[in-house]
Order: sequence, then structure tokens, then C-alpha cells
Amino acid sequence: MTEISNCKGLVSSISEYLDGELPPELCAELEKHMSECENCTIVVNTMRKTIDLYRQPAPDNPLPDEIKSRLYARLHLEDYLDKQIPEHP
Amino acid sequence: MTEESLNNSNISLAALKAGDRAEFARLVDATSNHIYRLALKILRDPQDAEDVLQESYIKALRALPEFEGRSSLSTWLYRIAVNEALMLLRKRRVNLVPVEEDPDEDDLQAGMVLTDWRFLPEDELLSAESRRRLEQAVDTLPETLRVVFMLRDMEGLSIRETAGMLGLTETAVKTRLLRARLKLRNQLSVYFGERLTENSSE
Ligand SMILES: [Zn+2]
Repeated sequence: MTEISNCKGLVSSISEYLDGELPPELCAELEKHMSECENCTIVVNTMRKTIDLYRQPAPDNPLPDEIKSRLYARLHLEDYLDKQIPEHP
Repeated sequence: MTEESLNNSNISLAALKAGDRAEFARLVDATSNHIYRLALKILRDPQDAEDVLQESYIKALRALPEFEGRSSLSTWLYRIAVNEALMLLRKRRVNLVPVEEDPDEDDLQAGMVLTDWRFLPEDELLSAESRRRLEQAVDTLPETLRVVFMLRDMEGLSIRETAGMLGLTETAVKTRLLRARLKLRNQLSVYFGERLTENSSE
């Protein structure tokens, strides 16, 4: 088992900790170390923020027109290109 | 996986199965952008991504009679697309299962940047420039780490699902995910650290 009470051990468990997959007793150990170690606190917090940022949906960036028309052609859907298709009843 | 694209469009599986072209067009309309972006992220090549996009729908049409609707339609479709992209990656002989699996813990800690940037204002963290840096950082990850990170953190698959899709053990997925996250955290820390310095000198 990893020794979480030092910086090295904390780093190797950080991912599971942030995913909520670390057993409670190890979480407690990790949090105790964090309360005593400023560096590890920064690493955990900025890692959490990093993952958060990547989970933000990207701003709408539509499929390029040429790619769309080639796709619709390949799928024989040309008739539906640039058409609002009414919802199925 | 991301359901939002299909949430509001109520695609009818029954209509699709019955061969309704308009319904198929609606499915393509609701999902094609996500599939293309996904393939582009995995393959980093527009031509390959476009091939994956087209092949995914052709495979999906073929597999539709067997689809029982146990997962959502979009999840099923995105899986087909990810598999298609991974197949192309393998064809390019990218080794997704390298021999060396265990992280060297000293290496994990090496060069750890200790800037506390998380209180930068949200509009700065998510500015167009920041988003570009985020993208760049993912693109610089080695293939083996990038794919794991994308499936798990960007597409929201579980560790188990990611392992299944890549043919890796869950332990290997966790190891790679940790490495990917550490590398990205470090890169963002360098970048946002610069932003912090600029802000304080203003
Ligand atoms: Zn520490």
C-alpha cells in the first residue's frame, strides 16, 4: 500500500482521491498530509481545477460545411442538407 | 458520454430501425459535430477524422438492427466512433500498450510547478486564449496518455469503460490517467502562473 503521509505518496494517489475512489481511511490520511503541507494542497487544488476546466463544454464550433456536405453525400442524405427536419410524430 | 447533443432532439429508435431517412438525417445532424471533434482529438488529422466520421455512420446503420437500446443511442454511436478512431490509430502502428507500465514516482514529481492559480477569475480561466492553451496541452501528451485522458476526462467514461475500450487493465488506465493529469496540471500551471504575474504587475 502507498504511504500517503509523504508528498511522493500523495502524488501517486491524487487522481483516485479526486475521483472519489480512494478508500476513506486513505482519504483521511491524505487530507491530514494536506493540512500540514502547503505544496501538496496547491497540487491537489490546481489538479482539481485542471480537470474541471477540461470538463467545461467547448464553445459551439459547427462542423465545417465541406465536411458536412461530403458526409451527407456519402450517406445519401443530400436531400436533408441544410434543411430543418421536422420532428418525428 | 455527452448526451446533450441528443437530449433535445428526441430521435426515435423505432423510426431509425424502420429505415426512416429523415430520422437518420436528424441523428446525423445532432451527433456529427461531436463525432468529428472526438475523432480529430484522437487522431489529430482532419482527413482521418473525416474518414472516421463517415465510417461511423455507415457502421452504425449496419449495426442498427442488433442495437437493443440498452445504452442511449448517442453513447452507442460515440462508442462506434471511438472504436473506429482507435482502429485507425492502431493501423498507424501506434503502440497503445507499451511494455513499461509502472510510473517512476520520482519522475511523477519531477518539475512539479507550485503556482496556486485556481483563484484566477473564471473569464480568464476560460478565455479563448486559455482554451487554446488547454487544447495545445492535450495535443502535446503522448498518444497513450492522450487517449486515456480524452475518454475518461473529456468524454466522461468510467475507468472500467475506458479500460474496456482500449483493451487495457483498469490499473494501466489509472496509471496513465494520473500521468496525463499531472502533465496537464503542470502545463496549465506554467501558463496560468504567467497570467497571475501579469495581473499583479498591472
Ligand atoms: Zn506534501
